Amino acid sequence: MLNKRSSFTGGIHPPYSKGLTKAKQIELCKVPELVTIPLQQNIGAPCQSLVKKGDKILLGQKIGQPRGYVSAPVHSSVSGAVKSIETADLPTGVRFPCVIIENDGSDTLDPSIKPGKLEDFSREELINIIMESGIVGMGGAAFPTHVKLSPPSDKTIDTVILNGSECEPYLTSDYRLMIEKPDDIIYGLKVIMKILDVSKAFIGIEDDKPDAIYAIEAASKDESGINVVKLHTKYPQGAEKQMIQVILGRQVPSGGLPMDVGTVVNNVGTAAAIAEAVKTGKPLYQRIVTVSGGAVREPKNLMVRIGTSFKDVIDCCGGWIEEPVKVIAGGPMMGCAQHTLIVPVMKGTSGILLFTEKEAYEREPSNCIRCARCVEVCPIRLAPLYISAHSLKGNMEEAEKLDAMDCIECGSCSYICPASRPLLPSIMVAKKAIIADRKRQAEADQHRQNKR
Amino acid sequence: MNLFTVSSSPHIKTRDTTSKIMLDVIIALIPAGLVSIWLHGVGVLWIVLLAVVSAVLTEYVVQKFMKKPVTISDLSAVVTGLLLAYNLPPGTPWWMVMVGSVIAIALVKQVFGGIGHNFMNPALAARAILLASWPAHMTRWIQPGTDAVTSATPLALANLADATGSATSGATVVMDLPSFQDVFMGNIPGTIGEVSSAALLLGAAYLLLRGVINWRIPITYMAATYVCTMIFGGVGFYDAFYQLFLGGLILGAFFMATDYSSSPVTPLGQVIMGFGCGILTAVIRIYGGYPEGVTYSILLMNVATPLIDKYTQPKIYGEVRKDD
Repeated sequence: MLNKRSSFTGGIHPPYSKGLTKAKQIELCKVPELVTIPLQQNIGAPCQSLVKKGDKILLGQKIGQPRGYVSAPVHSSVSGAVKSIETADLPTGVRFPCVIIENDGSDTLDPSIKPGKLEDFSREELINIIMESGIVGMGGAAFPTHVKLSPPSDKTIDTVILNGSECEPYLTSDYRLMIEKPDDIIYGLKVIMKILDVSKAFIGIEDDKPDAIYAIEAASKDESGINVVKLHTKYPQGAEKQMIQVILGRQVPSGGLPMDVGTVVNNVGTAAAIAEAVKTGKPLYQRIVTVSGGAVREPKNLMVRIGTSFKDVIDCCGGWIEEPVKVIAGGPMMGCAQHTLIVPVMKGTSGILLFTEKEAYEREPSNCIRCARCVEVCPIRLAPLYISAHSLKGNMEEAEKLDAMDCIECGSCSYICPASRPLLPSIMVAKKAIIADRKRQAEADQHRQNKR
Repeated sequence: MNLFTVSSSPHIKTRDTTSKIMLDVIIALIPAGLVSIWLHGVGVLWIVLLAVVSAVLTEYVVQKFMKKPVTISDLSAVVTGLLLAYNLPPGTPWWMVMVGSVIAIALVKQVFGGIGHNFMNPALAARAILLASWPAHMTRWIQPGTDAVTSATPLALANLADATGSATSGATVVMDLPSFQDVFMGNIPGTIGEVSSAALLLGAAYLLLRGVINWRIPITYMAATYVCTMIFGGVGFYDAFYQLFLGGLILGAFFMATDYSSSPVTPLGQVIMGFGCGILTAVIRIYGGYPEGVTYSILLMNVATPLIDKYTQPKIYGEVRKDD
């Protein structure tokens, strides 16, 4: 095991609040009568429905076909019949067409699903399995994994990093996975290493999870080239760029990707999903969700079928002891607040948090006192107070000059601000405006080119 | 139908607030005030209270008048009042104290947009205006323990000695100057809050431990003053060290130059701020007409702060050279 004493610059130490679910074994969540499966669950292109109302559906059957390369198919998480295809609220804050399936309760598996062995597949076949299984980044970003594992030929990848840091407070799904299924994680990592033809891999785990470190070490002790790295417990340790900086001492260039510095970072949950797909042939139709927060009667780590509504998941935890003030999909730092419980669990839903009034406590913003705490904690070394001030005044060009586009949206600045300034929200507004402006520019240039 | 709060991430926030930070500064300033009351009598307490009350009242009245939300509960006006009082001589007349508070809050702070927007340290700016307006009152020092015997501050004595060139070597200076122990504990003439280095350093340690201030400004400030006093003043290691505890340097370095609103936010900028303050303090002390240079050096660096911030933005993660 490697013990990393160095760390990235900045970062915060929020209360981790993982005690609620840390010791809870992963349980199966009751499979609901109805599942609502969104036709877009990843960053990139949405899917086209392959089914229509009344169609008989099997468990694991592909029901959505990607409409682009940067996309992933979606599969049914139950067997039964399509009730309807309609637009529904998603936990990401948008409305999108979903396939609603009535569960017949038999879990009849699609006959095309067949077990396999890593040794029997070529690299191309493995990538194809990952693509066809609809695997996306399980840490929350939901970027299609087959794209990440297919770098262009001019990029040389020398190291694979698995992210087991789970730095978001409250969440324990990766932690439980590392303890309960370390062999799957290592198996998945070996698949990734074979695809990328890489012999060196690191698994980064924060030092507040000694039993996870122990479990992963035990599972990887006979493997060559796989090293566990003990990392400082600090948010956002699990951010891709910070992880690479700490483990490899490399910095992803501004505007670039990890592959630009010879590495690919995947979540431990993604590795386990890959192992499942290769070993059993089963596509990604369920995931581990941490249900936590002070308002939940019985906080749990649950294996949930994709498409189960938040309400059904919460019912599986005995409902709530007091009415939550805030419901969050994902972690408290980067997750998305919900206005309703009638939203489905998606591939990227790592947690469902029910916050009491005390946990969701928020103050009215007051004047920035220039205490510089946001500057101290920014892991990218931006000056959030200035970017935010420009954004609030509509000076997006100035915000761009101060590198607003490099913000990773970790929220450390907003967290630490004693004046409760809306730092991250205003920076996100600036980023959107800058992207829109760049697009306009590009279109205008294109237009001018065409005219010539 | 459940109604949930929907807001942008992050969904958890620190429990630290502006008022908690200000409360920490107030706590850190208490020891120096207590020492002063002990040395100069209870009259000092009235000056401090008067400065604080008039600062808070001014803030309240101005904000009401400007139809802005009243923010006196953030305690920043209390801090300004305290710092102003600490920068006044123990015998300051009551009306001057009030004028000072009004200048600090109304003119320097609220007119520019309130907390966070003042481009100078309000208490120091007020002190500078009072010093220019009523120099006699502002330089009437009292030897603690004696009954209102006016005397020169040790810093003035030290400068006089340096200027006449008679005593950088020690003997004459030591004859005129108080012992280091008296200087360190505060048994010397000076403003209300500046004299007791021991009490101020205790408060400064508290602020550093609580993370309210960091080392960059105060330590570079002290170090630059020390080195420049030796170079420009031609004094030895010990004399330069001794002079660090004279005048308002410690109060200025730890409590005034670190004022959030009027100091840089970038790490390098903070070092430059401390360095600039240190050089200017030594230069004013040695070459200037005033014996004390802390006030003006901090004010000068305050106005340079926006510029310093602009040119000291740190290199960001993964920065690509702009010409690439």
